[in-house]
Amino acid sequence: MKKLLPLLLALICSLMMIDSGLAADTIKIGFNIPLTGEIPKVGESSKYAAEMLLADINGQGGLQVGDKKYKLEFVYEDNESKAESAVAVAQKLIDRDKVLAIIGPNSSKQAVPAGEICDLNETVMISPWSTNPDTTRDRPFVFRAAFLDPFQGPVAVDFAMAQFKAKTAAVLYALANDYSKGLAEIFKADFEKKNGSGSVVAFESYGDKDQDFSAQLTQIIAAKPDFIFLPNNYNEVALTVKQAHDLGWKGPFMGSDAWGSAELMNLCGDDCIGSFFSTHYAAAGAQGATKAFIDRYQAKYGYVPDDVAALTWDATRLVLQAIQESGKLSGNLRADRKAIREALANIKSFAGITGDMKLDAQGDPIKCAVVVRINEKGEFVFTKSVCP
Amino acid sequence: MFDSFLQNILNALQWGSFYSLIALGYTLVYGVLRLINFAHGDIVMVGAYIAFFISSLLLGQYGMPAFLPGWAVLALTIPLTMFFTSVVGVTLERVAYRPLRRKGANRLYVVITALMAGLILENGNLLVLGASRKKFPELIEKVVYKFGSVYVTNLKIGVILTAILSFIGLHFIITRTKVGMAMRAISYDKFAVPLMGIPIDTVIVFTFILGSSMAGLAGILFALSYPILDPYMGMSIGWKAFIAAVVGGIGDIRGAFAGGFILGIIEIMVVAFFPSSYRDLIAFSILLLILTIRPTGLFGVAQTTKI
Repeated sequence: MKKLLPLLLALICSLMMIDSGLAADTIKIGFNIPLTGEIPKVGESSKYAAEMLLADINGQGGLQVGDKKYKLEFVYEDNESKAESAVAVAQKLIDRDKVLAIIGPNSSKQAVPAGEICDLNETVMISPWSTNPDTTRDRPFVFRAAFLDPFQGPVAVDFAMAQFKAKTAAVLYALANDYSKGLAEIFKADFEKKNGSGSVVAFESYGDKDQDFSAQLTQIIAAKPDFIFLPNNYNEVALTVKQAHDLGWKGPFMGSDAWGSAELMNLCGDDCIGSFFSTHYAAAGAQGATKAFIDRYQAKYGYVPDDVAALTWDATRLVLQAIQESGKLSGNLRADRKAIREALANIKSFAGITGDMKLDAQGDPIKCAVVVRINEKGEFVFTKSVCP
Repeated sequence: MFDSFLQNILNALQWGSFYSLIALGYTLVYGVLRLINFAHGDIVMVGAYIAFFISSLLLGQYGMPAFLPGWAVLALTIPLTMFFTSVVGVTLERVAYRPLRRKGANRLYVVITALMAGLILENGNLLVLGASRKKFPELIEKVVYKFGSVYVTNLKIGVILTAILSFIGLHFIITRTKVGMAMRAISYDKFAVPLMGIPIDTVIVFTFILGSSMAGLAGILFALSYPILDPYMGMSIGWKAFIAAVVGGIGDIRGAFAGGFILGIIEIMVVAFFPSSYRDLIAFSILLLILTIRPTGLFGVAQTTKI
């Protein structure tokens, strides 16, 4: 047995060398997305968009980097829409799957902690959908494709003041959700700056997995605001809007980009018609490359892609462009990951389907937001575009 | 201020009704078997899904012609859901709890089994139906009544009335019928009862039928009031209803009924008078205080006849 051991070791070593030899011709990209849990539709959209891009590029023989073509391999891992699972998934993708870069997580709740792991391990992470500033703050390896809440909050404030002639507002947010809480606070600060302190007449919250919001809504309605701001996930929005109507609320709702899921209208039905929300792109009335993407996605999967699908498409293409611009891959994972980070930070301009953007020093894109209205057919119709 | 107080009382009664209905199921099983059936919240979830499939079927979703109006669909869905949910409950008892009881396993192991059974129901659902949520159909036209500035829907009234009627019905079964007497007897002395010729397994099965059909009923009403179904929907409300049952005095159905409403009222009123971010903190501190003063719960008496 003792004599066999070195032989065995040699065998394992040679197997590993074969393995890394094979890996040299493929580029692995990891996806840290919520395929189950709170927001499974978000994960599905991300995956579908990525699959479409993967088929495109591998169909052309692979990604041209320098003078060599590489096949792409996408690794999808489910973070169950939980912060702790997102951290574990990031670690697994970095250590075990040895991916070159990671797309996702989507929600800030998972993106903020997972970003920490990616940054410590010097692996590029780009979140398609996270809008909380903390995701990329002081983390050179973490980027995103979405605009930020400090930009989105004032967009909602200005739009509501112009559209509803609002002087007072009420906010209902999810306490356990970094995204919702952060955006609610930014909104409140900005609205009170523009309308005097006390103009946010009710500022209520609810807990994780709550389904009954009647007490909070009773408080809000009793305060008689001009509109209600709901910076919450689409599944909670559907319940909140219905219950507000049950309690006699007839005024308008203003939402944020977390509304923009393909599943919103399915869950919310007629109650959401007439509401507005700020988001990354408007599917109804899109043109050019955006329209081509929407048409192909709809033909393939049977529904209009939501903003997560579009942002995942953009985020993944950003990474691929960075890989191409890094010149060539050395095969040394650490060096390649660093080179991609440099290339990504140096991208001068990028024409995405969610609008043109470039990344600033913090790794955040400078791009426009749109406000859409939910029309009688349940489509998200472009109403206004706001640029920084 | 007074109007919104009245409105909150109504909100609390509706929310408390769900806790009460679910707590009744916990307490029935505990009263007879001394088993905390932690899978109960997930049986509520299963009930909601069963109601979803039955009503979709009757509404003509799966190729069957739709010939019934919404109210008739609801009238059929309620008994059918209660029936199928109790089948699930009884099956659970058969395959998970009874073998352990036969082997004389410590009660702790049965409780752990119940926890696992709950997880199996959740993840089984996730596997079979996928992670995307289901939208429960609107079976009855929603009517919003307005009294002054207090709003109430027909559904809200229905939920509260159903909870009260189910409690009265259960109370009648337990205190006035033979099988109810047998249930109380088993709770009193599990070893002497079989010697008297009472078929203990039949009574236990009956208890599970009662408890699970209450869960099924809660599932339908919950799905009607909060029409978005997901596999984990029963978890948090199940836990809280269990706490309500304990505060009321677990094993006593009056306790479960009162405990459910107390928890509902506390949760809603805390939001009405304090910042809503402190809701669970304050609500559960109050419950802790109640239990410190009365460790056996409001209606519980230490180690006497339960149920």
